[in-house]
Amino acid sequence: MSNLPANLRYTESHEWVLDNGDGTVTLGITDHAQQALGDVVFVELPDVGRTLESGGELGVIESVKAASDLYAPLAGEIVEANTALEDAPETVNESPYDKGWIAKLKPSNIEAINDLLDADAYAKVAEQDD
Amino acid sequence: MSELNKTPLYALHVELGGKMVPFAGYEMPVQFPLGVKKEHEHTRSACGLFDVSHMGQLLIKGPDPAAALETLVSADIVGLEVGMQRYALFTGDEGGILDDLMVVRGEGHLYLVVNAACRDQDLAHLRVGLGQDYHVETLDRGLLALQGPRAADVMKRVCPEACDMVFMQHGRFTLAGFPVWISRSGYTGEDGFEISVEKDDTDGLARRLLDEPEVEAIGLGARDSLRLEAGLCLYGHDIDTTTTPVEAGLIWAVGKARRHGGERVGGFPGADLILHQIDARDHDRKRVGLVAEGRAPVREGTELFDEEGHRIGEVTSGSFGPTVGKPVAMGYVSVAHAEAGNRVFAEVRGKRLPMTVARMPFVTPGYYRG
Repeated sequence: MSNLPANLRYTESHEWVLDNGDGTVTLGITDHAQQALGDVVFVELPDVGRTLESGGELGVIESVKAASDLYAPLAGEIVEANTALEDAPETVNESPYDKGWIAKLKPSNIEAINDLLDADAYAKVAEQDD
Repeated sequence: MSELNKTPLYALHVELGGKMVPFAGYEMPVQFPLGVKKEHEHTRSACGLFDVSHMGQLLIKGPDPAAALETLVSADIVGLEVGMQRYALFTGDEGGILDDLMVVRGEGHLYLVVNAACRDQDLAHLRVGLGQDYHVETLDRGLLALQGPRAADVMKRVCPEACDMVFMQHGRFTLAGFPVWISRSGYTGEDGFEISVEKDDTDGLARRLLDEPEVEAIGLGARDSLRLEAGLCLYGHDIDTTTTPVEAGLIWAVGKARRHGGERVGGFPGADLILHQIDARDHDRKRVGLVAEGRAPVREGTELFDEEGHRIGEVTSGSFGPTVGKPVAMGYVSVAHAEAGNRVFAEVRGKRLPMTVARMPFVTPGYYRG
């Protein structure tokens, strides 16, 4: 079973969200998602300053096998992208919850994070996916 | 949707943790726990074992089967020596490609390996084309490919006689007690062997080969990236009924004896058009290799443009090439843009990404020619 930190929130499309406590969130893809994708060879990062709807297309992760879309877990503005992934996309596989983060977002409504899945609820989603 | 077929190695794939996907009507492993990239790298540096039992194995018997098959394929089969294998194309009346295949010349028979998705159609095509004097049958056998620079080291231990063969040679052997047919060939760009084995022996043979320390089980994902780096076509993607052998850069699959000035000119479907294209070189498009300047993989179906923004072609296969270390692709572009070193632009998610036309194969082949 993949690793699911309890302090994170999750989406059905396999993103994780961390509340940074300063009005921003950090997001990435789950350990389950990186395992399913296989070796990540390219991450198309969102442009800083871009405003997204909840569920809007935020970027793309490409593995050797295929391309997968990334979706915004919350509506808001991109405030930072993890440009280290441009040269080292495999970091998403090696450290999905830490060095492999994708972007930081300033949600228009931070409270909406409470509507996302907790680790137990996401575990059920990931299980059905297998 | 009809139920998917299983190869004789289905249970082994599941046991090894293979991720099973539908492919050409079969349930096949796309990858094992090692993952596509490491499986690819392992095959390039050591030795990979591939289940290709889904491919069609056909036997043709009848009077002078080599001359008969030449009525359907553009290759020189009459000139093929007994015990040798050759790449061939079933051509259509319009000059397109109906399937690509391997032909082995045996004593009084031909042994063919065809694509899984084309097998039934090829069988019907052969039966109609060759007529009732010929017996064409599908062999219910397993087929394994042992590929990589260490494949011969493995073979030396289990069937040393097979190591005397050079690239594209074929013979019958006993491998670790199993009666097998082996050819020194493959579809990865590496030295290696393709081993046809009785259906009930397939699992035992695969387990015996996997016992060797160099050998890892490899899935379809790595098979695709390996053949792409080797510049080899995937039927239904890089070649099909709409592409001619000349457009596809497969003129070498039209035997010299079958071309103008040869001993047996034409005589295969679409020969007029294909031989005209070989002489006149007036075809509009050509299959080329492409290497991306950036890191984003450029996939099948991506449109290609020139510097001025005119559409010049389309990608037919594309992935990240683990050995090349860059995204690689093949596709068709107008002949004016097909020269190696030429810059083209691939439209990926609204952006025009620069790519360079490159010679194929993208990697140096390791074929053993003695």
